[in-house]
Amino acid sequence: MIIKQLSVFIENKTGRLTEVTELLGKAGINLSAFSIVESSDFGILRVILSDPESAMKLLTKHGFTVTLNDVICLYVPNTPGTLNEALQILSENDVAVDYMYAFAMKDDIARVVIKPDNIERCIEVLQRSNLQLAKASELYEF
Amino acid sequence: MIWNGSNECMSRDEMRELQNRRLRTTVERVYHNSTFYRAKMQELGIMPVDIETIDDLVKLPFTVKTDLRDNYPFGLFSAPMSEIVRLHASSGTTGKPIVAGYTRKDLSTWSEVMARTFAAGGCTRQDIFQIAYGYGLFTGGLGAHYGAELLGASVIPISAGNTEKQVQLMTDFGTTALCCTPSYALYLAEAIHDMGAQNKLKLKYGFFGAEPWTNEMRRELEEKLHIKAYDIFGLTEVMGPGVAYECEAQCGMHINEDHFLPEIINPATLQPVKPGEVGELVFTTITKEGMPVIRYRTKDLTNLMYDDCSCGRKTVRMHKIMGRSDDMLIIRGVNVFPSQIESVLLEFGETAPHYHLYIDRVNNTDTFDIHVEVRPENFTGDMTSMLNLGKRIEARITSVIGIRPHVKLVEPRSIERSTGKAKRVTDNRKLY
Repeated sequence: MIIKQLSVFIENKTGRLTEVTELLGKAGINLSAFSIVESSDFGILRVILSDPESAMKLLTKHGFTVTLNDVICLYVPNTPGTLNEALQILSENDVAVDYMYAFAMKDDIARVVIKPDNIERCIEVLQRSNLQLAKASELYEF
Repeated sequence: MIWNGSNECMSRDEMRELQNRRLRTTVERVYHNSTFYRAKMQELGIMPVDIETIDDLVKLPFTVKTDLRDNYPFGLFSAPMSEIVRLHASSGTTGKPIVAGYTRKDLSTWSEVMARTFAAGGCTRQDIFQIAYGYGLFTGGLGAHYGAELLGASVIPISAGNTEKQVQLMTDFGTTALCCTPSYALYLAEAIHDMGAQNKLKLKYGFFGAEPWTNEMRRELEEKLHIKAYDIFGLTEVMGPGVAYECEAQCGMHINEDHFLPEIINPATLQPVKPGEVGELVFTTITKEGMPVIRYRTKDLTNLMYDDCSCGRKTVRMHKIMGRSDDMLIIRGVNVFPSQIESVLLEFGETAPHYHLYIDRVNNTDTFDIHVEVRPENFTGDMTSMLNLGKRIEARITSVIGIRPHVKLVEPRSIERSTGKAKRVTDNRKLY
């Protein structure tokens, strides 16, 4: 249930981002999720991809500052109230959300990536409430 | 090891006598051979006979860098060109370069003081000595070369740059001693790591100088290269490297005062300071023949220590240079030395020791930005802690210097490296 997310430190410079995507693309690594947290001087790229360990080696070799973080990916039906339900469960069980991002298309299951403060507890709490978590193998190959 | 026991361990009284004799000879020499110094002395109504002891130094005029520039190229020489066997020049970033001329005897003196330097760090003829200071007009490369050769070490005259080759030779030749600028040493340390050569090296000592560096930078280099790092001090106008050097006690640097007579003056009043007080370092060469200098103002700030050193040498020691009266920046009315910033960054240890200061003036207010490289091992992927790191560094720098900078975290390797002296400040204000 633990998903490896790659975090990359990127300076706020034109072209830095495409350097990353070019390297990953050429290496045949497929992206599942991609977001950027920004500040005025720099950003942190958060990527879930098909081969996190190789991606890390590749980017490090090319001079990028990277690290791997553990996140979970929750499935919820794409109907009103489902996200709220999940977040209530976390809050009632003292699991804090450091950050999250989610997306859904019509007639689809929503995928919600969450970085909790305590990942083991988060997984335990959500599974106890019968919520569905994605397995790493559903997102990428080991 | 003490290379020259009789001179390095001479009693104060004997040293004084030696200095008195040598000063008298030097004053005679410049008065009779240098139109520049004769004119200066005549202006003040001084004759060589008026200078009997080192106490009479205060009667003599000062020499400053512009005197050398204004008399470019050979105006300050005290020997005919037929006796000058070597010319060196320091990079003139503004205006003409500073030119130095050496007689054969000067080169012998230079080798002697450099041998003392390396011996003090523990080097012997068994060592394999890699000199990564630039060879050429810069005094660093050839200065170190002749000293290491006199010492008897196996010298590798690789000069600066060509970093991959530096590491390759270090590995293949089994280099034990490295001599270069501290910023290049850091660059080499990175390359050694990148090439996976850390465990293949036999490095024991590093002799670093030609630019200011902090004790925190020393610890960084010692850790990264697994060496003992020694500070060496010199300047082209006085000789080159070899003016002062650390012994194993590393409690200041011993000045080769049998050749270079030091004084500390108050840069504002030009009067000698009280013993032990910090001020501007001034040198009078008392054995040079080609280009002796009288009371040369270095613009470097330090103090002198005459107390006993555990190494047994009796030569006076100077504290590590604390700053320059002309590298000093004035930002929002406050005096700031780049070394203060460096100390804070290295003390934190959470960023790389690579930084650059940018100063500008916007809407009549000085802006002060510090770019510092992140350390990959300190990157947790968490935005809050990264922003926090920047803020903590800002807070600490503010408490040290009194004004608040903007700290910008940048990617590793994005700040320019240098093979020689690192340029760490870009001041875009038009102040003059």
